[in-house]
Amino acid sequence: MTPKEKQENPGKEGKREVVIPGEIISEDENDLPGEWTVKSGKNIVATRLGVVEKIDRLVKVIPLSGVYIPRRGNIVIGEVKDITMNGWLVDIGAPYTAFLPLRECHGFIEESEMENVYGIGDLIVAKIIDVRRTSIDLTMKQKEKGLGKIREGLIVKVNPHRVPRIIGKEGSMIRLIKEASKCVIIVGQNGLIWIRGENLENQLFARKAIEFVIENTIAEGLTEKVEEWLKENKLKLKEEVKEN
Amino acid sequence: MTYKERFDKRDFKEMRPIDAKIGVVPNADGSAMFSFGDTIALASVYGPKTLTPKHMQNPEKGILRVHYTMLSFSVGERAKPGASRRSQEISKVTEWALSPVVRLDELPGTVIDIHIVIPQANAGTRCAGINAAAMALAHAGIPMTEMISAVSVGKIDDKICVDLIKEEEDYEEGEGATDMPVAYLSNSGKLTLLQLDGRISTEKFEEALEAGKDACKKIFELQKKVLKEYK
Repeated sequence: MTPKEKQENPGKEGKREVVIPGEIISEDENDLPGEWTVKSGKNIVATRLGVVEKIDRLVKVIPLSGVYIPRRGNIVIGEVKDITMNGWLVDIGAPYTAFLPLRECHGFIEESEMENVYGIGDLIVAKIIDVRRTSIDLTMKQKEKGLGKIREGLIVKVNPHRVPRIIGKEGSMIRLIKEASKCVIIVGQNGLIWIRGENLENQLFARKAIEFVIENTIAEGLTEKVEEWLKENKLKLKEEVKEN
Repeated sequence: MTYKERFDKRDFKEMRPIDAKIGVVPNADGSAMFSFGDTIALASVYGPKTLTPKHMQNPEKGILRVHYTMLSFSVGERAKPGASRRSQEISKVTEWALSPVVRLDELPGTVIDIHIVIPQANAGTRCAGINAAAMALAHAGIPMTEMISAVSVGKIDDKICVDLIKEEEDYEEGEGATDMPVAYLSNSGKLTLLQLDGRISTEKFEEALEAGKDACKKIFELQKKVLKEYK
């Protein structure tokens, strides 16, 4: 498989081997060290537990575990920890606290009104616009749907490195779950998932489906498997509702 | 009488059976168990997280904190729980053993907390702790340049022994006991921990170091195998 094909079909080249910190992942002098790797002499050495991905000459490690690594453009769900003069401090599960400035919110907000907009302990959906050395900046002024305060529904916490599997290729997996459960689901890249549905049964069903995906992330043909699981369990759900 | 046979009938350069596991503490960001025979160490890693109070933060690099505890039922006679002079020393040497490989410069202003708990002890707890902590750090996705393996070597009477047990540490006949915990880096083969309790000649010291290095290679193979099974 050429590197280009590999890029287009992630996860299709069979089982990828896990590398450990300190393991030599490339002995080719022409290869370039990417994320979570270092060059040591001629070799490229992994610095994190993960799987290797090679795109052309660039060799990088995709982490499998650990805390969330914030990236610009990510949609995240966080908890408001503090209110300052010009914004809110938000815990998004990253090593650093994120900051949502007043100017990145819609409309004019009086300083005395700030805690009514987002109070301490509120959960919010926001987008990361900037990641600096020790700070993360959030925004609400984006076209994406769903940015703002969370008022109802269910929050599920998962390993942030499993999020790409929950979303699936171009959102295929999450679309399946959304359709089957009739819920609105917003997946934060930091591993928090917001489920909002008509009733509790639907929400719990969506949560169960997500848990199923998490447990079977390594399985091949996961989308088909999930489709089957959804069908099977949907019937069970209907029966249970009828009995009640 | 000289020391001819070890208390548990092992070869002089043979370790007790070793075992390891990762993900033993689901709440932690990374965790691992490592055991030498009946010495068990559990390590759990929390972080990297922002360090509070703020004045303790280092804007240049992150901070590593190690907390070592022996549980009260870990030894025959009840160990007094809580921090002691001994536990503080072991926490500190473990921190020094681990910090050369952790890329703290990538995590300014943060802290990584490592909690090492010994639920059952029969000598060699600091080495088991370091082995478990290295695996837990890898499991927590902390950037590291290489892995660390540690083992205790020693001289009982005039014999070089690997992975001492409590009875051997307390051996008093002949030349007595010398206990020497060592920690080796997996790739560069550098030493990050070397303590010595007892008396030993230069030649014997070098022989003991070599024996420790061989044992550490075996430990590293196990650490590697267990980490690679992670899905």
